[in-house]
Amino acid sequence: MKNKIIEGQVIPFDQSNIDTDAIIPKQYLKSIKKSGFGPFLFDSLRYTDPGDLGTTEKRNLNSDFVLNIKPYSDGNIILANDNFGCGSSREHAVWALKDYGIEAVISTSFADIFYRNSFKNGLLLISLKKDELENIFDEISASPKYNLTINIQNQTITTPNSQVYSFTISDADKERIIFEYDDIELSLKYKDKIRNYESEMKLKKPWIFENNND
Amino acid sequence: MKKTLYDKIWNEHLVHENKDGSSLIYIDRHLVHEVTSPQAFDGLGIKKRNIWNKNSIFAVSDHNVPTKNRASGIDDKISKLQVDTLIDNCKKHKLSYFDLNNINQGIVHVIGPELAITQPGMTLVCGDSHTSTHGALASLAFGIGTSDVEHVLATQCININKEKNFKINITNSLSHLVSSKDLILHIIKIIGTSGGTGYTIEFTGNCIENMSIESRMTMCNMSIEAGAKSGLVSFDSKTFDYMLNRKYSPSKQHLNSAIKYWETLVSDSDAEFDKTLSFDAADVLPQVTWGTSPEMTTDINGKTPDPENENDSSKKQYIQRALDYMGLEANQDIQSIKLDKIFIGSCTNSRIEDLRQAAKILEGYKISDHIKQAIVVPGSGHVKAEAEKEGLDKIFIKSGFEWREPGCSMCLGMNNDSLLPYERCASTSNRNFEGRQGDKGRTHLVSPSMAALAAIKGHFSNVVEFINEK
Ligand code: SF4
Repeated sequence: MKNKIIEGQVIPFDQSNIDTDAIIPKQYLKSIKKSGFGPFLFDSLRYTDPGDLGTTEKRNLNSDFVLNIKPYSDGNIILANDNFGCGSSREHAVWALKDYGIEAVISTSFADIFYRNSFKNGLLLISLKKDELENIFDEISASPKYNLTINIQNQTITTPNSQVYSFTISDADKERIIFEYDDIELSLKYKDKIRNYESEMKLKKPWIFENNND
Repeated sequence: MKKTLYDKIWNEHLVHENKDGSSLIYIDRHLVHEVTSPQAFDGLGIKKRNIWNKNSIFAVSDHNVPTKNRASGIDDKISKLQVDTLIDNCKKHKLSYFDLNNINQGIVHVIGPELAITQPGMTLVCGDSHTSTHGALASLAFGIGTSDVEHVLATQCININKEKNFKINITNSLSHLVSSKDLILHIIKIIGTSGGTGYTIEFTGNCIENMSIESRMTMCNMSIEAGAKSGLVSFDSKTFDYMLNRKYSPSKQHLNSAIKYWETLVSDSDAEFDKTLSFDAADVLPQVTWGTSPEMTTDINGKTPDPENENDSSKKQYIQRALDYMGLEANQDIQSIKLDKIFIGSCTNSRIEDLRQAAKILEGYKISDHIKQAIVVPGSGHVKAEAEKEGLDKIFIKSGFEWREPGCSMCLGMNNDSLLPYERCASTSNRNFEGRQGDKGRTHLVSPSMAALAAIKGHFSNVVEFINEK
């Protein structure tokens, strides 16, 4: 059976309601591309000077921010508090996390639109119980060099001292991460069904299909 | 079986149920704006896929557009490229697009209902979280990411899981000058920013029944700030009146059958909801947010919280961090907070009703000398024209406000309208996140009349008391 293992340093980001405006600020949404957002991830927290698309000068790092502190600066797994990814629907937030090298985010809960956007881009989101999350936070503050192993097929997380936590994700989301499916392709398997539905509705609710555009 | 309005619209649009519990839901309307669409059109091109139903798509530029000196075009090269990219994509695919000089242009969530692009019983999506606004017309509307924008372009469907049903029932009426903005802020304060996650919220009760469609839109608009992707209000005589004689209202030929269908768009009287909460509108005072999340709200007679009163250390930290960012002390009177800028606009509060409310307060007054800038940004060309017809623009200008062209403007500051670091703004928008209106800017969310009064006083004050004196 095909599997995917994510392994690496955890970045402890002990805040709740981390919103997508914080993950990638608005000035970067002017880009018409999907890539190149990594350097701007958490931009206003990460740097002390303002940035913009196309800025080429070297930026000043905020030495207090977790992404700029060793060993977290080598991390690929974010650990955060409740309701991660709330606010704006901007998928740029997920592109920025992925582009930076984040492979998984662990929290107690995620905002709905962010959740969908993440799995569509192969970013794994894991919800743990509050006490499990707090255990991990405690262990990291005791020993910052802290590597987790995430086994997606088995839906388990293994800590450095071999404690195992299990998590749930839907089969579809699991397959999205492992196989990196093209969702549009999957939906188009039902294109005859979509067409039949549409023809039926054109008779039943013809006004829906009007567009008197001049 | 008794059904909620959400269940009914869902069932009506169900194309296919997958084994894993997700479903393909047919989308009737797809609104497109410049910020979240370029990568989706690109994706189609790369895979050589066609757009399924071009008639379902309406595009507009709103996030990135200048709100003054429009005739001279867009200065910012990167913004211009984004807007031009949308124009090119619409030309290439022959899609309806409202350009900056078109009276139909405006914030996507203002023009959808206003032009009757949004109609009862429709499913509607947009690459924007405040798509929830359109639920005020008994349509199922929600925001999606760019991958889903591409998916809807290519398949006319979205593959999603059904949400649970959440009823928020509001009894009694709001006091004079307390608005639906105050009501929704009050609700978010109580249920929290994830209180609606996983649910579709339907607003019911006599308070909602008596509310204008515009006020209902403000409620549904901010249901996303409570975590719910969609807000809903059942169809009634107000929805009916609103739907007639608009640009894209159903043609005469089909109007009667449309009305027949619309009349079914109510939750059955004994329909079961997974969760129900009740609020008394008479309890609601004007609200002001003090922090960096819409749940950090208090009423106008309140104070900022004291982190020392919290036992939970992460809560303590959460409050302290917000106070620090906002440059406020614990236990500070809300009315003592002095302001630098005032913004009246955004998809929450830029409709004609909002501008009337603000103008009513401002009439005969000048804004305080402490206020560096006060702007009104109407939600659409039609709102602007109507306000000018009623002479509201003159009231705003006379009091010291700038009267602008329609767009998102200082709600997120992607154009030139933004806060400078540490500037403090009374804003009728929907998000007070760190940096939302400008790097290090400080946002307090309020209703239009509260923003107008804050402009006059230079600090927050109770609009209910003011009008008694006025
Ligand atoms: S007005 Fe603000 S919240 Fe509304 S669509 Fe524009 S940016 Fe988003």
